[in-house]
Amino acid sequence: MKFYRSHILLGMSETSIEAGAKKIELALKSELSKRNLQDEIDVLETGPLGFFAKGVCLKVYPENVLYENVTVEDIPELVEEHFLKGRPVKRLLATTTRVEAYDFNYKERNVLENSGIIDPEDIEEYIGVGGYEAWEKALLKMKPEEIIAEVKESGLRGRGGAGFPTGLKWSFTAPIDSPEKHLVINADEGEPGTFKDRLIMEGDPHKLLEGMMIACRAFGANKGFIYIRGEYKLCIERLKHAINQCRSYGILGQDIFGSGFNLDFDIKVGAGAYVCGEETALIESLEGNRGNPRFKPPFPGVKGLWQTPTVVNNVETIANVPTIINKGAEWYKSLGVNGATGTKVYTLMGDVAMPGLTEVPMGITLRDIINKYGGGMLRGKKFKGALVGGAAGVILSDKLLDVKMDYESLKEYTAVLGSGAIMVMGEEVDMVEMLWSILRFFRHESCGKCFPCRLGTQQLYNIICKIRDGEGKEEDLESMILLSDAMVKSSFCALGQSPYMPIKSSILNFRNDFLKRIK
Amino acid sequence: MKTLADLRKIREKAQNDMKLRNSETRVKVVVGMGTSGIAMGAREVMKAFLDEIANRQLHDVLVTQTGEKGLSSMEPVVDVIIDGVNSVTYGNMTAEKVKRVVAEHIVNGNPVNDFIISTDK
Amino acid sequence: MYQEIFKKYEPTKDNLIYILHDIQDNHPQQYITEEAVLSVSKYLNVPINHIYGVITFYGMFSMKARGKNIIRLCESPPCYLKGCDNIYRKLKEELNIKQNETTEDGLFTLELCACLGVCGNAPVMMINNDIYGDLTEEKVVKIIKDIKGEK
Repeated sequence: MKFYRSHILLGMSETSIEAGAKKIELALKSELSKRNLQDEIDVLETGPLGFFAKGVCLKVYPENVLYENVTVEDIPELVEEHFLKGRPVKRLLATTTRVEAYDFNYKERNVLENSGIIDPEDIEEYIGVGGYEAWEKALLKMKPEEIIAEVKESGLRGRGGAGFPTGLKWSFTAPIDSPEKHLVINADEGEPGTFKDRLIMEGDPHKLLEGMMIACRAFGANKGFIYIRGEYKLCIERLKHAINQCRSYGILGQDIFGSGFNLDFDIKVGAGAYVCGEETALIESLEGNRGNPRFKPPFPGVKGLWQTPTVVNNVETIANVPTIINKGAEWYKSLGVNGATGTKVYTLMGDVAMPGLTEVPMGITLRDIINKYGGGMLRGKKFKGALVGGAAGVILSDKLLDVKMDYESLKEYTAVLGSGAIMVMGEEVDMVEMLWSILRFFRHESCGKCFPCRLGTQQLYNIICKIRDGEGKEEDLESMILLSDAMVKSSFCALGQSPYMPIKSSILNFRNDFLKRIK
Repeated sequence: MKTLADLRKIREKAQNDMKLRNSETRVKVVVGMGTSGIAMGAREVMKAFLDEIANRQLHDVLVTQTGEKGLSSMEPVVDVIIDGVNSVTYGNMTAEKVKRVVAEHIVNGNPVNDFIISTDK
Repeated sequence: MYQEIFKKYEPTKDNLIYILHDIQDNHPQQYITEEAVLSVSKYLNVPINHIYGVITFYGMFSMKARGKNIIRLCESPPCYLKGCDNIYRKLKEELNIKQNETTEDGLFTLELCACLGVCGNAPVMMINNDIYGDLTEEKVVKIIKDIKGEK
């Protein structure tokens, strides 16, 4: 085996390769052999060096020196000074050699407090972190009315997009005298850019189940269903496993903990239809039909699954419930702002340095989310806009970077929080392309039941294609707004009402992008 | 059918296990096995840990799984917890990097700074 | 021949989608045959036209024979922003097929789909039950090669 006196580690990552890491490797090797050092100094490729280091980085062992922002021009000097004369090149030294830690923000997490910590396939780990304490309390120490009052008091609102107060929803169904009532969990997470529910179901399935148990007790259901989209294979697997564990531990079943209360859950799987995220379409699909939405009223709370009173809740909403029962409404209300209590899970993607997901109290600004949890903009790009709330959301411009993200503050700017998906776009993104992609999505996902949506989404797509091909006129922009507005007024369900927000906001905030294609 | 008293017993036992008290485990390696982690190679990383630990005949290391923490761009993510307290999170793990983490961190007690993304829970 | 699958489910209509998934996943060419539709209709006592309606409504079902590996590439806005179009072009070139077609050797079918919920690693695709993220053109070529190697 050869013995080298020094090793140079070259950090290879998507960013560093783009910054010329491969060229630098070649230059380094040729410079070393030119100076006859190739047998003394070894050059090795490795993964990203130092989490926050910039450009192409080199690390030299055994000295443990980190260079950053190295260019091909620097190589001769570097080899001569460092490897011949043994003097590190000061101007290239990384400014921070200490690795800065990323903040996962577990302190403020609530819904996702266990995800990424405990083993999701082991019920005992969940019990060990205090799991099923809230269920025990709700079942044995609280009356159903008290559970509903507590959730109402907490101010919890639906996290699926519409933001309807959860306690109020339950209180509609609770007094109805019916031999059968159902809880249905909407886990048909199909809003582009949203994956918060997947993380909850994969990372902490028992948290969802515990929330469901408390909800069923509160409004008097003895059967709960989780409707999961067919693409979420791992969620289906883990939830099935979790339900079976609950049954064998007596947490689900007949006469739970001697209370006389019976409860069981089941999983139903979707098969790839975005419209099934609409609660009545979801119920149709659960019954084994095409997922066409139903006419409202009657609302599902009165006549839902198999015509029984049915509460449909989002995964994230229900995952908030155990904490509210454990820590109380007062504690929950202390988080958040402005009529929006508790924490919210945001998914972050697009042109940010570190895409992913975070959970923070309501009311944080977009700027903070991007900088603190997304590691800032990707490769120092300039911020142009962000699509907030998925395809059915709004495209915000940089003017709204400092607006607080909660229901009421966003409403002032005719924006919505939606599902909490934030897609960040850098300076070079063309809004015509983005809107085209959004409208292509709606055209494909319209279920075809009502004509305003079926024909409207097709027509909107035709117009945006025309503009994209450079054949559009300025009037086309107004017709898109008019048409989508008419769809808001006439469509059967939320799908046909959705294109309005992204169309209006992108044309309003980024009109120049459209005019460029029109001229 | 388990009773409420059984539930309490399970809770106590699980709490002790997690603190690694009364057990022979000195090091816990927790691999993030969510969809995102698996998509980026978490299965290979998990296997590499198991292989490396078997090769070196380390009997006090437990390898287990968890869900995602939420940092998709750093998957696969792995926590190394020593004596139940010192937790270090590594990101962008590969089978190659696992060898270094086992040798330098788990055997010799020196965390591998190059791969660390967080030292906090 | 579908009795094994039927045994797992009560003969109620709400199990229809579950049963169709199971039948499709167990067919080597990953599709639902007319014969299967007839059997399901008898088992659940649901009219054939209803079952056709359901199959054609949902994007994951097919009544056309497909390949051993179904590639579902996400084309939703987050993946589009990250360049899924280039990946799509590369896949078509590499496999020499267009959307919804199957390769001659019956190994691959190429489909486009809506958001798969792994947007932090966009662009993303799903091959059967496995997700592949942070795709680049080179990575796609390697993935296809690896699967061909397994056969």
